[in-house]
Amino acid sequence: MGAGSGRRLRVGASEGLTVGAAETTAAEVVDLAVTPLRELNQRLHDVARERPHPRRWRVVNPNGAHAVACGLDAEVDVEIEGHVGYYCAGMNKMATVRVRGNAGTGLAENMMSGTVVVDGNASQSAGATGRGGLLVVHGDAAARCGISMKGVDIVVKGSVGHLSGFMAQAGRLVVCGDAGEALGDSIYEARLYVRGDVATLGADCVEKPLRDEHRAELRELLGRAALDGFDPAEFRRYGSARTLYNFKVDNAGAY
Amino acid sequence: MCGIVGLFSKAPEIEDSLGEHLAAMLTQMSDRGPDSAGVAVYRDPAPPGSSKLTLFSADPLQDWDALAHELGQAFGGSPEPSVRSSHAVLVVEEEAEDAEAWVRGAHPELRVMSAGQTIEIYKETGRPQEFVRQFALADFRGTHALGHTRMATESRVTTEGSHPFSTGLDLCLVHNGSLSNHNRLRERLRREGIDFQTENDTEVAAGYLAWRLREGASLEEALEGCLEELDGFYTFLVGTADGFAVLRDPIACKPAVIAETDDWVAMASEWRAISVLPGAAEAREWEPAPGVVYAWERAKV
Repeated sequence: MGAGSGRRLRVGASEGLTVGAAETTAAEVVDLAVTPLRELNQRLHDVARERPHPRRWRVVNPNGAHAVACGLDAEVDVEIEGHVGYYCAGMNKMATVRVRGNAGTGLAENMMSGTVVVDGNASQSAGATGRGGLLVVHGDAAARCGISMKGVDIVVKGSVGHLSGFMAQAGRLVVCGDAGEALGDSIYEARLYVRGDVATLGADCVEKPLRDEHRAELRELLGRAALDGFDPAEFRRYGSARTLYNFKVDNAGAY
Repeated sequence: MCGIVGLFSKAPEIEDSLGEHLAAMLTQMSDRGPDSAGVAVYRDPAPPGSSKLTLFSADPLQDWDALAHELGQAFGGSPEPSVRSSHAVLVVEEEAEDAEAWVRGAHPELRVMSAGQTIEIYKETGRPQEFVRQFALADFRGTHALGHTRMATESRVTTEGSHPFSTGLDLCLVHNGSLSNHNRLRERLRREGIDFQTENDTEVAAGYLAWRLREGASLEEALEGCLEELDGFYTFLVGTADGFAVLRDPIACKPAVIAETDDWVAMASEWRAISVLPGAAEAREWEPAPGVVYAWERAKV
């Protein structure tokens, strides 16, 4: 019996687990149609403390469940076959989570490190408050993408909705499509790159020149997101005009 | 937080099992709204010249047969009450406005939940799972249906304060969100002759739509008017005789997903409510943009 099978009931068939290896190579399959969500998350949390542990996990039948693969803290790869609900991969550390479907509100909220990739669309507040790691959305992200981001890198192949990058403090947000209204409202030091149209810029957000170091940064981010097809020169850069950092009565109207 | 679901059939198999799908969708949304639940089902059109009323009685001993007899005496024919829990549907040989006015006048203790040719509205306090059983939702056949699970924030948990709200003949509204200017708008609408039964914010939105439609606006125009006149958060789902329409406020804090296959169009607060439908995994799915009216009608499908 490989790690993970046997004592854990209601878990789907394990595919060819290797016994005795430091990390098993075949995927551990968990079917959320039969396994309670808490059990899945608990097992994913436990792996950080277990040796050996399954390195690859496949989650099937997520059916829009909330909080799938939240709070991971180990170098595991989790592939989710279908749409997920709210807060998928929240607080992620080190793990790689891939959603083969769409994600609901608060995808990868407050992620710390690791990689989260969504093949479809993400609902509002994707990557909110994220501190590190890479979030990639292959479809569109809705409103408030990267709201209050604090160091996470976010790459969206499609477009983002209104108020994206709101109060974004650090990190990079790359949008290969368009951005909705009030992009980067009250932004701090995050860097925003948009390839398409920006409906409007938010308060204190301005366009800035795209210099060589920014093109290099874009190339690196697009490469990490496996979206090399886009030319960094096609993007425009936006960031803070730094007039709202400290309250000045002359700026009261802009708050 | 509340839950919204809507299902519009494009295939006879979906019409045959509409209630079963509606029940499954509503149950999925029960943690979003454990206080009360309700549905509007569009089915079995009343014959021309007749109309269909859904009535609610708070009296568990309500004599629906006696009421049906009275309606028969007033308008002719011999209406048969179709009773589900605290509600009864009656087909009356009279135009809907006049039949509704008669009930309001002769039986002020009853509530007219809906009036029209095809609509039936059922709603009640309590857990959605219980509602599904109590009203035997799985039995319904029909062309399309809306549902709501309520977590009350703005007003009391009562049957009348549950959704859907009727907004006119064969029209209804369900809402996820909260409105902040409903008191002032309610007074304005009262002066326009719109009747309100509760202190509920959604009833004001329903009254606003009813007023705009009465004044000749199209459904799209009336919904676009909401963007100007209503202050607050909302995802609206509006049921009509031929279909339904979806509108989110421009801030779009309240969730909404729409999915479509060759057999159905569905709308819900969350994907998990749609995931229970046949072929959901292959459906085209998207999130409606803020401030944009989306509408489906039978003729246009």
